[in-house]
Amino acid sequence: MLESLSNRLQGVFKSLRGEARLTEATVDAALREIRLALLEADVNFRVVKAFVDRVREKAVDQEVLRSLTPGQQVVRIVRDEMLALFGTAAGGLTPTTRAPRVILMLGLQGSGKTTTTAKLARWLTRQGKHPLVVSTDVRRPAAIEQLFVLARQLNVRVHEPAGEMNPVTRAEGALALAKNSGFDTLIVDTAGRLHIDDELMQELAAIRRAVDPTDLLYVADAMTGQDAVKSAGEFHRQMTVTGVVLTKMDGDARGGAALSVVGVVGVPIAFVGTGERPEDLEPFQAERLVSRVLGMGDVLSLIERAEAALDDESREKLAQKKDFNDFSLEDFRDQLRTIKKMGPLEQVLGMIPGMGGLKQLNEQRANMDPKQLDRVEAIINSMTPGERRNHAVLNGSRRKRIARGSGTKVEDVNRVLKQFVEMRKMLKTMGGMTSGRGGRQRLMQMLRGR
Amino acid sequence: MSSFFSRVRAGLAKTAAQIRERLTETREPAAESPSATVARAASLQEIEDALIGADVGLPATERILSAVQQAGGAGLLRDRVGAEIKGVFAGASPAPDSGARPRVILIVGVNGTGKTTSVGKLANLFKQQGQSVLICAADTFRAAAVEQLAVWADRAGVDVIRAKHGADPASVVHDAAVSAKARQRDILLIDTAGRLHTRANLMAELDKIRRVVSREVPGAPHEVLLVLDATVGQNGLVQAREFMAVGGVNGLILTKLDGTAKGGVAVAIAYELKLPIRYIGVGEGIDDLVPFDADDYVNALFVDQW
Ligand SMILES: Nc1nc2c(ncn2[C@@H]2O[C@H](COP(=O)(O)OP(=O)(O)OP(=O)(O)O)[C@@H](O)[C@H]2O)c(=O)[nH]1
Ligand SMILES: Nc1nc2c(ncn2[C@@H]2O[C@H](COP(=O)(O)OP(=O)(O)O)[C@@H](O)[C@H]2O)c(=O)[nH]1
Ligand SMILES: [Mg+2]
Ligand SMILES: [Mg+2]
Repeated sequence: MLESLSNRLQGVFKSLRGEARLTEATVDAALREIRLALLEADVNFRVVKAFVDRVREKAVDQEVLRSLTPGQQVVRIVRDEMLALFGTAAGGLTPTTRAPRVILMLGLQGSGKTTTTAKLARWLTRQGKHPLVVSTDVRRPAAIEQLFVLARQLNVRVHEPAGEMNPVTRAEGALALAKNSGFDTLIVDTAGRLHIDDELMQELAAIRRAVDPTDLLYVADAMTGQDAVKSAGEFHRQMTVTGVVLTKMDGDARGGAALSVVGVVGVPIAFVGTGERPEDLEPFQAERLVSRVLGMGDVLSLIERAEAALDDESREKLAQKKDFNDFSLEDFRDQLRTIKKMGPLEQVLGMIPGMGGLKQLNEQRANMDPKQLDRVEAIINSMTPGERRNHAVLNGSRRKRIARGSGTKVEDVNRVLKQFVEMRKMLKTMGGMTSGRGGRQRLMQMLRGR
Repeated sequence: MSSFFSRVRAGLAKTAAQIRERLTETREPAAESPSATVARAASLQEIEDALIGADVGLPATERILSAVQQAGGAGLLRDRVGAEIKGVFAGASPAPDSGARPRVILIVGVNGTGKTTSVGKLANLFKQQGQSVLICAADTFRAAAVEQLAVWADRAGVDVIRAKHGADPASVVHDAAVSAKARQRDILLIDTAGRLHTRANLMAELDKIRRVVSREVPGAPHEVLLVLDATVGQNGLVQAREFMAVGGVNGLILTKLDGTAKGGVAVAIAYELKLPIRYIGVGEGIDDLVPFDADDYVNALFVDQW
């Protein structure tokens, strides 16, 4: 597992505890950690250099050195700088009045263009649009068929002039059909190509001339390393890209390449791909990507949501907890109720620092749907107050009774207990993560919504 | 803010040729410079940047450079760094062919790296060496994946065992293993669906494929090759680690080296996991796959460019 930047910085500043004042040397150590973390996240090394210089200026300018929580201050500066980099442009497609809107998909081999073509078609359909798709990939074996199958699954119209192997003719035919038959959007899939392949780049330019696209989406793999700026830069130079789609974000790549592409090439990110299925497409959100690059989860929105959702009563209860050793099944139930109010569980868990990539959590995520939460609540409700306060007394016969009482199976009860024990462990590690002076209190404060 | 990034942008606008020029500039005076230490430090920085820029990653880069500095010795820094990297690859050698037939080769990796294409190219390569080949289409998930592989099999003049879309991949693999034995093929190549190493259920599916094939052919799969796209960054190391632990990967295919990416993460992989690179992909044609040669790779993509 890659270590998160906030952890690392915490480490740097922790080692200095007790020193009266922080020195320039400390800032250097922190900057080194930032550099390491950004390189690990595949941010282009030149961007990293410039970025670190920039953060140094700010860190020395500001009150960081005198602050009580320099680590957090520095993380905040880094985060703000990154957000500034992405600008305020919202994700999605740029507004246009042109009809039909023509979207041209382009990028390297295997980046996800065809899959994204299908995803976009579905997304547009859900917005009440009528898209038409066409493949111009006459090179990759069965690429035309791939798009055809996907479109058929989605009930999306596909222009398929059988036997026509000229990419430009295929694109032109689709445009004519879109105009004549009243499709409001045409998505043109293209063959993957290298930015240094002049012949194929010329073919792309010809397709572009033929359909005069409103949107040119560069599809990039989130796992891309340092080469991202070169390929994206060259595609942009030759084709004038209007937006980037970052695919395969469902993996555990940090996606630092995206930061470089936006920073260096200057093209905004429009969408992210989060899986192989047609529904796995989301308009881009800068906050999420920045948190991911930094490996810290979207802490701020988590806190905000927790604040909004925690009712006063459970806040009071939590306030009385000194640490997580007396975190009981009752608290667990309160937490679950809170979580239900906070919104889709997947999103909430993704916001918890360090949780995004945890395997066990991914599995838990899968079997924790809202109905599941209701069942968990029923199980806990069937316990006696004593059992709720001390889960250690729950032997086999008690578990059987609880299962009967809540209309579930003993395995379900066992699973809930396991989840509870894991949550306690997780809370303890979170306490540890923010450790250092007062780490646990800070976390408790966070849970209390202060 | 804007001036900050326009600076970065300007810096990056330099073409590779210009960067190379700059590298030679800093290197050449180093030979005659009276204050050798200063010049040496400068070129060390350039090489560090080049390694990081090639996705070798900071930890492996620091390891390489400190090993070179510790070893000392004469000669140009770039040659000493090159020798160090070649040494790492020499320390990661593939398991020899046991002679078992059919030899089962399982091709795995994350989505879109070039698995199917590499299966086609490998079939062609083995056939040219006079070996008989059977292909198994175990990607029953992605749309038109079987059709794609069938085209490649046709190009290579090799037959393919396939099942319906959505079928259990392990059962196709079983059928293919039985056929390969019955038809006395030298090689059985298995193409699998792209899968992210973070997806536990898909990784378990890989495990099942391995178990099924080992029941039919003892000792199989003899090779499990992870296909890495040369453009991949530091996640390549995570992929290798996971696919090795769960999928029993024992070699790499590094594809798309015909682009500008160098696949340097394979150096970090060789350091940390001792995984050998078996083949490299250098284009979309059927002949664009060559057995890996550490000297060629290190010279062409690293040393000769410094
Ligand atoms: N330039 C170049 N392109 C390659 C190379 N190897 C594969 N490709 C291309 O990369 C794209 C993806 O290749 P596939 O073989 O379909 O990849 P895959 O890993 O089977 O993909 P999935 O099964 O979808 O996960 C295709 O367009 C190939 O033509 C290579 O060495 N160089
Ligand atoms: N996990 C994951 N896989 C994806 C995503 N987008 C595309 N893929 C997969 O990546 C591979 C290549 O995609 P494809 O659309 O054929 O790429 P193209 O060559 O650019 O058209 C396929 O196996 C897709 O299923 C994504 O967001 N997540
Ligand atoms: Mg495609
Ligand atoms: Mg494939």
